[in-house]
Amino acid sequence: MAFITANWNPLGEAFYRKIELYEMGWSLRDGLKECLVAAAPYGGPIALLRQPQRPSSSARPQLEIYSSSGANMASFPWKSGPVRQLGWTVCDDLLCIQEDGTVLIYDLFGAFKRHFSMGNEVVQNQVLEAKVFHSPYGTGVAIVTGASRFTLATNIDDLKLRRLPEVPGLQGAPSCWVVLTQDRQTKVLLANGVDLYILDNTSCTPVVRQTQTTYSLLCLIILALSPLTVCVFQTPPGLSPQACSIVNMAVSFSYKYLALFTDSGHLWMGSANLKDKLSEVDTKVRTPPKQMVWCRRPKSQQPSVVIMWDRLLLVAGECTDTIQYTLDEESVCVAELDGVRIIGGSRHELLQEVPSACQDIFKIASMAPGALLLEAHKEYEKSSQKADEYLREIKEQSVLGEAVRQCVEAAGYEHEPETQKTLLRAASFGKCFLSNYPPEPFVSMCRDLKVLNSVREYTVGIPLTHTQYKQMTVQVLIDRLVYRKLYPLAIEICRYLKTPEYQGVSRVLKHWACCKVQQKEEPDESIAHAVSVKLGEAAGISYSEIAARAYECGRTELAIKLLEFEPRSGEQVPLLLKMKRSQLALSKAIESGDTDLVYTVVTYLKNEMNRGDFFMTLRNQPVALSLYRQFCKHQEQDTLKDLFNQDDDHQELGNFYVKASYKEKKLEARLSLLQSAVDEYNKAKNEFAAKATEEEMKLLRFQRRLDEEKGEALLGLSLQETLHALLTSNFHKQAEQLYRDFRVPDKRYWWLKLTALAEKDDWEEMEKFAKSKKSPIGYLPFVEVCVKQHNKYEAKKYVSKVTPEQKVKAHLAIGDLEGAAEAAIERRSEGEISTVLSRCSPTTDRALLERLNRARSTAAKK
Amino acid sequence: MAHSVRRDAPELPDFSLLKRLARDQLIYLLEQLPGRKDLFIEADLMSPLDRIANVTTLKQHDVDKLYKVEHKPIVSTSDQLCFLIRPRIKTVKWICDVVNADKAFGRFRRYKIIFSPQKFYACENLLEEQGIFGDVTTDEWSFYLLPLDDDIISLELPEFFRDYFLEGDQRWVRTAGSALHLLHSVYGPFSKVYGIGRCSKMAYESWREQVEEGEQRARQAEIGNVFLIDRDVDLVTPLCSQVVYEGLVDDIFRIKCGCVEFCPDVTSSDKSIKVMLNSQDKVFNEIRNEHFSQVFGFLSQKARNLQTAYDKRSGMNIKQMKTFVSEELKGLKQEHRLLSLHIGASESMMKKKTKQDFQELLKTEHSLLEGFEIRECISYIEEHINRQVSMVESMRLLCLLSLTENGLLPKDYRSLKAQFLQSYGIEHLLTFSNLKQLGLLVEQQPGETLTVMESRVGKLVNDKTAGKLTDAFSSLAKKSNFRALGRRLNLVPKSDEEYDLRVPRDMAYIFSGAYIPLSCKLIEQVLERDGWTGLEEVTRMLNGHEFAVTAGSNGSDARVKTDSQRIILVMFLGGCTFSEISALRFLGREKGIKFIVVTTAITNSARLLESMLDNHA
Repeated sequence: MAFITANWNPLGEAFYRKIELYEMGWSLRDGLKECLVAAAPYGGPIALLRQPQRPSSSARPQLEIYSSSGANMASFPWKSGPVRQLGWTVCDDLLCIQEDGTVLIYDLFGAFKRHFSMGNEVVQNQVLEAKVFHSPYGTGVAIVTGASRFTLATNIDDLKLRRLPEVPGLQGAPSCWVVLTQDRQTKVLLANGVDLYILDNTSCTPVVRQTQTTYSLLCLIILALSPLTVCVFQTPPGLSPQACSIVNMAVSFSYKYLALFTDSGHLWMGSANLKDKLSEVDTKVRTPPKQMVWCRRPKSQQPSVVIMWDRLLLVAGECTDTIQYTLDEESVCVAELDGVRIIGGSRHELLQEVPSACQDIFKIASMAPGALLLEAHKEYEKSSQKADEYLREIKEQSVLGEAVRQCVEAAGYEHEPETQKTLLRAASFGKCFLSNYPPEPFVSMCRDLKVLNSVREYTVGIPLTHTQYKQMTVQVLIDRLVYRKLYPLAIEICRYLKTPEYQGVSRVLKHWACCKVQQKEEPDESIAHAVSVKLGEAAGISYSEIAARAYECGRTELAIKLLEFEPRSGEQVPLLLKMKRSQLALSKAIESGDTDLVYTVVTYLKNEMNRGDFFMTLRNQPVALSLYRQFCKHQEQDTLKDLFNQDDDHQELGNFYVKASYKEKKLEARLSLLQSAVDEYNKAKNEFAAKATEEEMKLLRFQRRLDEEKGEALLGLSLQETLHALLTSNFHKQAEQLYRDFRVPDKRYWWLKLTALAEKDDWEEMEKFAKSKKSPIGYLPFVEVCVKQHNKYEAKKYVSKVTPEQKVKAHLAIGDLEGAAEAAIERRSEGEISTVLSRCSPTTDRALLERLNRARSTAAKK
Repeated sequence: MAHSVRRDAPELPDFSLLKRLARDQLIYLLEQLPGRKDLFIEADLMSPLDRIANVTTLKQHDVDKLYKVEHKPIVSTSDQLCFLIRPRIKTVKWICDVVNADKAFGRFRRYKIIFSPQKFYACENLLEEQGIFGDVTTDEWSFYLLPLDDDIISLELPEFFRDYFLEGDQRWVRTAGSALHLLHSVYGPFSKVYGIGRCSKMAYESWREQVEEGEQRARQAEIGNVFLIDRDVDLVTPLCSQVVYEGLVDDIFRIKCGCVEFCPDVTSSDKSIKVMLNSQDKVFNEIRNEHFSQVFGFLSQKARNLQTAYDKRSGMNIKQMKTFVSEELKGLKQEHRLLSLHIGASESMMKKKTKQDFQELLKTEHSLLEGFEIRECISYIEEHINRQVSMVESMRLLCLLSLTENGLLPKDYRSLKAQFLQSYGIEHLLTFSNLKQLGLLVEQQPGETLTVMESRVGKLVNDKTAGKLTDAFSSLAKKSNFRALGRRLNLVPKSDEEYDLRVPRDMAYIFSGAYIPLSCKLIEQVLERDGWTGLEEVTRMLNGHEFAVTAGSNGSDARVKTDSQRIILVMFLGGCTFSEISALRFLGREKGIKFIVVTTAITNSARLLESMLDNHA
């Protein structure tokens, strides 16, 4: 497989390879000369700001955005101020940092999004240099001003500017600097000629330059006085003292490693905290490099740095050797998670350390299991029996599983689909001879590669490696595709990977729809139609979000049309309110059956509308009205009244006044409230209530008079209670008066008087009362009331007066069994005789029992 | 027990899981406010809370002192206050006062409000208006369902009835939907949902919405069909006197959250005893569904059995005695204690209920249900009012009269109302207005007035809302149509036959054979017919809003009669009575199915009518 290793270059133990990703599709007249270039990591887009050919005041620079394959995505003349630096955010937005400290943000298609400033101080002093950096907190911007001061913003989406302390002795820009994120802190490491400084939020710490010997001495001291370590910042260990000033530095993708390049042509590599040295290489080139980037991959075999000069590209690692490539055109290096991309005027290449799996398989004369398996498969395809030999050899070492694993892994690292296929076929071949090899790694690798190959496609132009893809996750990849408006591809990938609809297809469709509604030239109707047709069956689509986007673009009508498709009325309401369609919002809220939502709208309306309109609106919405009434009942009694007034709801107004009267302590106020109630009831033609209320007023006045005259505490009692109180306190005259005035039914009055008299044992008065006229309630109650007061003697007096129908009951009530029996027999009623019989006990006279039984049988015969 | 239980009756699902869920969430919420804190609990949340997490559990999670919310200034010295409340404006306002008082005093504390079962925008709005939104943190304790027994689950929302049916406030509908959703996600998927009433329909829709929003998991269903019913479909049943043991205990002693406090004259000691009434109580479990007249006989039989069990030890040797003491004695003692309690309770009830007037009361009720001797009934009610026997009872009889007679004649209406006001005070003018609005107590009117009003209002609004508007007025238009319904559904058995209460033949036994509860009859009919076909006339009289939907996507295997298919969940929106539960248990035994009753609260005539009063405090 000589051709695969053709572009491999050894460096120490490892190999490095440079593969071509794309033939660039752009046609740049002067290549990348005289251009500000920024390319986003993870195969992101490339932005170019080309200076005009002839510098003149009228000529404007041109800003161009390309995909990684060089397809033009946007291009427009730059009309704003002079730009110092370009950069990309983590979500593929372009940052243009101007000299005056303004940062303009554009999207992928060159549409302006927003801008922010790096502080007022910058406007005067100008930005000398700027850097865009990425950290777990998002995308940050760091600048150094003409006054040699650094300003940092760690996350541009949550802008907090931090002005770092002054660096002693620094004039103008430092010779080189980098931004480090360590221990959740962002710092700046800078070199000013010979001196190294660490700048953090509060202080500027010079890095003490020590010779190697003193350094180890220092280490001893540090070990002995460990608390002191905080104060002393170690110098880069092992940096030769004769190497004087640092002219370039680079920090690795993960912020773990740091590389320094000195004017003596030495390259120092070590950890970013300056504690450990990895290696030091003499490049023998003394000119300061144009660019220097780390070239590592996770689980790298050695640290290595790519250094670029005008015509030379150099890879330096642990050993003293280096790999040198000549550059035939102006290029830019882009650090990636697992390598370096080199973008030139005509080519786009990837330089990386050859992963160990590939090395094992493809290294010449490799005897690794994977290599043998690949060979076996090759022979098998040639129908050669050698296949069996190879296979046997693998199996003898029982490393077939390992072989398959290697082939699968290596396939992921290969860029050419043909090589991928060969490796995967070999893996699949090997798998046949394994009984319990888990299929998942193979299957998912096939899937991943299919996705990767489709996005690496020239037209898409996202040259992701497998490692990057895994780091980035499918979700983000889908997002990026959506951002590039590659909706069909995104949907295909979602379907292919069987991403749940909710996160996959539906989400893409939503973005598509959001984009669709921004197409200004199409009429509302057709957009609404197109959206509904496309989105019809997708699950979990939020039309309200799409509508919100339409509204943001000033297309209110379209937004309303789209909202109609939203099945959850709850989602419609907030947007409708925002669009000031409050009436519609209210009816939608009511339709949703969610009271909270109705209430939200009602509160909103209350604040937005004048009172009259508000009430009118409510009047047409009974549900909202009753809700608001509930609220008023607890919160705003007066509003409640206004509400009823507005509706001419006199009945409710009457009720309202009555209720208010109970809360009123003062009698006069209470009476006047009741009078209002009477008026309202009259208006409501509720004569009954009016009369009842009037009577209540009359009663209250009567009670007050009596309270004043006789010192009774009657106020507030009901009519019945008042009467009872009067009767028990011997105010018979007043009671009579009440009885007449209020037309109390006779029956009630008799009951009242009867119980009252019995309660105070006024038997004489009771007898008088019984004789006063014929009782409207009969005389059985007299008997019962007396018995209840345990006065059988008095009770007996009334038994004779009781009507024949009730005689038996009366006799029984006073416990006169014989009398009851007599009465029952006389009335010849079977039922009554039975009642009496049931009351008989074994002690009852036998003769009586017999008589009763006899009478019952005769009565039954009848 | 005389009932023959069908052997193939399915097992009920285990509802203790609901308690565990609620407890875990509460603990989680309490730990969101780390450190020691005082807990203020809304009064009517105390008993439900007690069933979920006892004081020890709360103390384990740094709750220092427990207070009842009393709407008064507080005395707590803790730096952290936690309020566990219902989402009520009044309570939130009180909390605002507490916080503002602290502020005025310059005292700094941390406050946390836990709303159960959910928060309402109105409450948060109030916090904002009072300027303390930033000072408190709020949370929701989604404690929707409290299992009171193996087959009873309560939402413990007594205000549901008044809020929805009287005030037209629909905020609890979503709560009901969420409760249903919870049951669905734990014990579902349901295969079919039937329902009647507007609230049921809304609750159903709210639930569907939540199902569609959430993710669906395929699991083994433990509950088959669901029946939703609005309380106002059948207002007659809860207004009848209960004569089944459990119902009677509720009517007389008031069962609170599955627990009753027996007063000293029941316990025949000098203190009250709190007793849990559920199927764990073996004695109670056997008599709860019995007609009261049968209970005494059963209890004495039980007492004799117990005696025999005790007597066994007389002939025992030491070893046998040892096993007896270690194994049986404790159970017997326990049973003994319960038995004596229930006998005490029965005696006390007997004293109250066998008196002449109770018999007459029942007779009047039965006459009203059967619809004869109405005049006599009216004069009985009149006397009842005049003698001021009991305000709620008088009102109950009035309402029953109105419901069964389709409203009172104007003459009667006025005179009875006037007497009632004279007897019990003018403030009941407001109560009457409420009763009228709900259709509980109305005046017979010449038929056309309402339709005129409806059409007049109908013109004001478009078609879509017109339906809703008519609904809003439907309570006014509501005719109970009780007689016609009774005839069609055969609710009132012929009175000339003797009804043997020992061996009940239908659900009417819960009302001494006088009346089959309409609600339960509807459930029976719908389950039998698998829908509303053939009941069109009935639903028309009940104001419609009936529905029957195949809920699950697995409609095809709904035909398979698995055990879960014979577990029916009945949800009463607005409360149900113990009598209805007894009737459903009876129905279940007859049909070999099991009913699970979910209700917004356990109600009875007194609770229902008391909720109609306007407390002007």
